[in-house]
Amino acid sequence: MKIDEVPQDDIPTFRGHGTKAIYALDARGRYTKTTTSGWEVEELVLRDVLADFAEKAEAAKARILAGRTSPIEYFLNRRLMDLAALAQAMGIGKWRVKRHLKPRVFNKLNDKLLQRYASLFRIDIATLKQFKEILARDPDSQF
Amino acid sequence: MILIPNFKHQHFAHCESGVMSSLLQHKGLTLSEPMVFGLSGALSFAFLPFLKFGNMPLVSYRMFPGHIVKKFPKQLGVAYFRKTYRDPAKAMAELDDFLVQGQMVGLQTSAYHTTYFPPEMRFHFNAHNIIVVGRENNEYIVSDPVFDQLQRIAPEDLQSARFAKGLSAPKGLAHFPLAVPEQIALTDQIARAIKKTVHMMLYAPVPWIGIKGIRYLARRVGKLATKSEPRYFRLFLGNIVRMQEEIGTGGGGFRFMYASFLQEAFEITGWPVLQEASERMTAAGDQWRRFALEGARWIKNKGTEGDPQLPARLLRECAETEKEIYQMLKKAQPS
Repeated sequence: MKIDEVPQDDIPTFRGHGTKAIYALDARGRYTKTTTSGWEVEELVLRDVLADFAEKAEAAKARILAGRTSPIEYFLNRRLMDLAALAQAMGIGKWRVKRHLKPRVFNKLNDKLLQRYASLFRIDIATLKQFKEILARDPDSQF
Repeated sequence: MILIPNFKHQHFAHCESGVMSSLLQHKGLTLSEPMVFGLSGALSFAFLPFLKFGNMPLVSYRMFPGHIVKKFPKQLGVAYFRKTYRDPAKAMAELDDFLVQGQMVGLQTSAYHTTYFPPEMRFHFNAHNIIVVGRENNEYIVSDPVFDQLQRIAPEDLQSARFAKGLSAPKGLAHFPLAVPEQIALTDQIARAIKKTVHMMLYAPVPWIGIKGIRYLARRVGKLATKSEPRYFRLFLGNIVRMQEEIGTGGGGFRFMYASFLQEAFEITGWPVLQEASERMTAAGDQWRRFALEGARWIKNKGTEGDPQLPARLLRECAETEKEIYQMLKKAQPS
């Protein structure tokens, strides 16, 4: 890639965060460190996977209101994790996280464990506990 | 306020090689980022279908994270301090002690807790690398090589970032060079590093690594193009492109950085093969970019137009180009 071929697409994700460094060839064919404001290709693939997470989070919301899953599933997707990553980050088994997705089990969880989930999700424990009520008031709420 | 004297923040393409380059330079050993990357033999390719990360198989264009910090100082003969912690409070206290002593500290962190990242990029990636260079107003001053300016982070966030759990958990890793050798036999280092990379890319004994890995991925992509659910295929392609192009690769899955290394290596050794290999590696990087572009195009129009086999074909071309480069590099050192 030559310097004048380095994309400068000013991608929204990185706007306000400066530029990125990249190696490209100058006019004499020598490698130089230069900067880019991003490539639309990276933006597009990132947006695609984020949209997928957002879709899953929205689906989880509906299922929480219907009493078929727990708020953990919503935050799992909002925080861009999968079940394995969440279990590892919590330091507990995948089967336990899976159990905590059952509303019946979730409602009986002690505050200590809930607090660990809340800290990991970077929210208040209250948000986790009263998620259904908050959703009922404002179905579009985002956390 | 504490700020490490004589430190100048540098902007790099890749976090781990950038951190290493910065740390060594501060101790008086100047090696560019591509040199650190190339000499440590960090270039690679891996497609590990059995290792899932965010529901997607792991695709990597370099050696596993931590490779440079773990192996490179020893290889150079640099005396190096490296410590992991069990107790977060102790880890943070020792960090403060180092800063007071005027010692800047390399840390492994999780991108999820590095609050100065764009929120859309805060994935659960545990192997980010930063340097803490100071402390002011209850915030740490961070030299994060992938950002063009110094960043700041709150102590509790930094602590969470250092003690995130999961795949390649940092365990509070702190590291920095203690003393650097006066001279480094660069020619010798270059020959050994290239030999190692060539060997891995051509002769890895498993089908997931090196040229075999690229071909394996091409086969998988070709198969998914026709057989899988369109949405899964889209996300699968997107995952490859993200690992290749997202922040921290220098573009083209580190291939441009390696081409830059080969060019610098040519200037040091004068071996003509390296110059030609550098040009071809640039071409390989461009080919990877072409694959990313076509993949993104496929995602954008949701697979409604174009040839579904094109991405797989482009991957095969990348494998072919790279294979020729490594075969050429096998005879890099004139004997």
